[in-house]
Amino acid sequence: MHHALSRHRNILDFALSSLLRRKAKNISLFLVYTLIIFVIASLIFFVQALKREAALLLAEAPDMVVQRMIAGRHDLIPTNYGEKISAIRGVSEVTPRLWGYYYDPVFQANYTLLAPDTAPPPPGSITIGSGVARNLRIKTDDLVTFRSYSGTPLLLTVSGIMPLHSELVSADLVLMAAEDFQAMFRMPKDVATDLAVTVANPRELVTVANKIVELFPDTRPILKSELLRTYDSLFDWRGGMMVVMLAVALFSFVIFAWDKASGLSAEERKEIGILKSIGWETGDVLLLKFWEGAVISLTAFLAGVLLAYGHVFFSSAALFSHALKGWAILYPQFRLVPTIDGYQLSVLFVLSVLPYTAATIIPAWLAATIAPDAAMRS
Amino acid sequence: MIALQQVTKTFSISPTTSFTAVDNVSLTIERGTMTILKGPSGSGKTTLLALIGCMTRPSSGRIMLQGVETSFFQATDRSEGFDSSSLPERFLTEIRRSTFGFIFQQFNLIKGISALQNIMLPAYPTGEQQPVVRQRAVELMEQFDLLRHCNSPVEWLSGGELQRVAIARALINNPIAIIADEPTAHLDSQLSQAFMESIGLLKDSGKTVLIASHDPIVYNSSRADQVVEMRDGRIVQQEPPV
Repeated sequence: MHHALSRHRNILDFALSSLLRRKAKNISLFLVYTLIIFVIASLIFFVQALKREAALLLAEAPDMVVQRMIAGRHDLIPTNYGEKISAIRGVSEVTPRLWGYYYDPVFQANYTLLAPDTAPPPPGSITIGSGVARNLRIKTDDLVTFRSYSGTPLLLTVSGIMPLHSELVSADLVLMAAEDFQAMFRMPKDVATDLAVTVANPRELVTVANKIVELFPDTRPILKSELLRTYDSLFDWRGGMMVVMLAVALFSFVIFAWDKASGLSAEERKEIGILKSIGWETGDVLLLKFWEGAVISLTAFLAGVLLAYGHVFFSSAALFSHALKGWAILYPQFRLVPTIDGYQLSVLFVLSVLPYTAATIIPAWLAATIAPDAAMRS
Repeated sequence: MIALQQVTKTFSISPTTSFTAVDNVSLTIERGTMTILKGPSGSGKTTLLALIGCMTRPSSGRIMLQGVETSFFQATDRSEGFDSSSLPERFLTEIRRSTFGFIFQQFNLIKGISALQNIMLPAYPTGEQQPVVRQRAVELMEQFDLLRHCNSPVEWLSGGELQRVAIARALINNPIAIIADEPTAHLDSQLSQAFMESIGLLKDSGKTVLIASHDPIVYNSSRADQVVEMRDGRIVQQEPPV
């Protein structure tokens, strides 16, 4: 046992000195490997964090949203629909919601306007997201002018700015009183943008949705589970930009490992011959090459993962936030809460470190099976 | 003692062609003696060294090793010796590592690492503690006047120094026998003489020495106990005569 440990230590020592001897080659391998792991790990961390934010956001979403449709497009829904829907057995609450978008031609940005049903700002005042505050360069108690439907200005006072930690969802948000919302868009008082429906028993959601469609064939109920599915397919491995970036990163790794596996240099082959001739077994040579591969792949994996962690959670994924955070003009400025999916990191480890180490060992194994007397003839 | 009994080594070049490098050779090498294999290139000297040194197996014949201690050979059987020609690769490696020290024609030192590390290399897979091996390597460097080159990469050393590093490396596992293949091929006369002096001292310390060479400085050396002349894979002359 003691001898076995010493043998490992001796061979590991020699592996380290071998790596240092081929400094330029091994540093370049390390850098390429680290870069690939960095890109893949950044994607994993970023998507995981976004999924977590989305899950938190949807946790507070209503069980079901009912929209009215005209010619296949979303239309305003009469509030009296809500009265009839709340009469359906199983429905515990129906809340009409007022929300919409406002395009600010001066700053060329879209804001999301919402009239909250609980604790709305008093008429004539608004609460804004920090993205809006940054864009308009305004603070609490400043006056803001929005253009109403007729072009006439609507003067509003900023009564508060939403906290930074909610910025992912509130960056472009403007909360206002229902009266101001209706005045701004000339919206009748008896309509709403959509209806939020709460159902006491989640198992009855589908039944209630069917009843709503039966009662109002011009409506479209959207379940929370459908929203979750949409987010999942958007941010999952198979979704959107992820699949493209992952494919590119994995493809680079395959080329990299293939290049490594394609053979040893003449110098490395000669060294293996010398080691065999001075009494090293094939197994000793393989152990040496295993340590060489393992040292590079493990350190590169750790470095790549740590850099990705810093990149995603400390610099808010600066390198690909523009590609992945959406198409908005008001990019949220926020720090993602660190979330690490152990399973996905393990998959990354197994798919990178193991193939790389194998790619290092296979050509060495081919070289190490030469007869030890070959060195005497070289 | 090493005893070769009708040893033949044939290499297959293609399915229909083969080449016999060593042809029906019988030879006895006593412990603590110096045996020189002489003969022109292609006479089978190097192949015979490889066969004796357990680097390759004979196609036929037996190679008996007597007085060799291994993990698989029972102490009670030691007086009989054993036939190394039929052993699996794993056991051959063990014998090669513990019984023989090799000195190659091209020295076969690894560039980029120090002379000291080159000397220690054969001991790494044995699992011996590094400080112990290092101490032995330093002693060998002192013995061969190499101490000042302890940490120098081997590419900085002269031909004679490289030769001495190769000898020190061959001795690191304290082998019973030293096998040297054309050790003076890259040395001038003076360095060749110095090599024979060094190797003579090893013989005096009880090592069995086996050298293949066509250098007169080697095969005419007064240190040699036995000179075996080879040609076309066969022994054509042996001094003293058997």
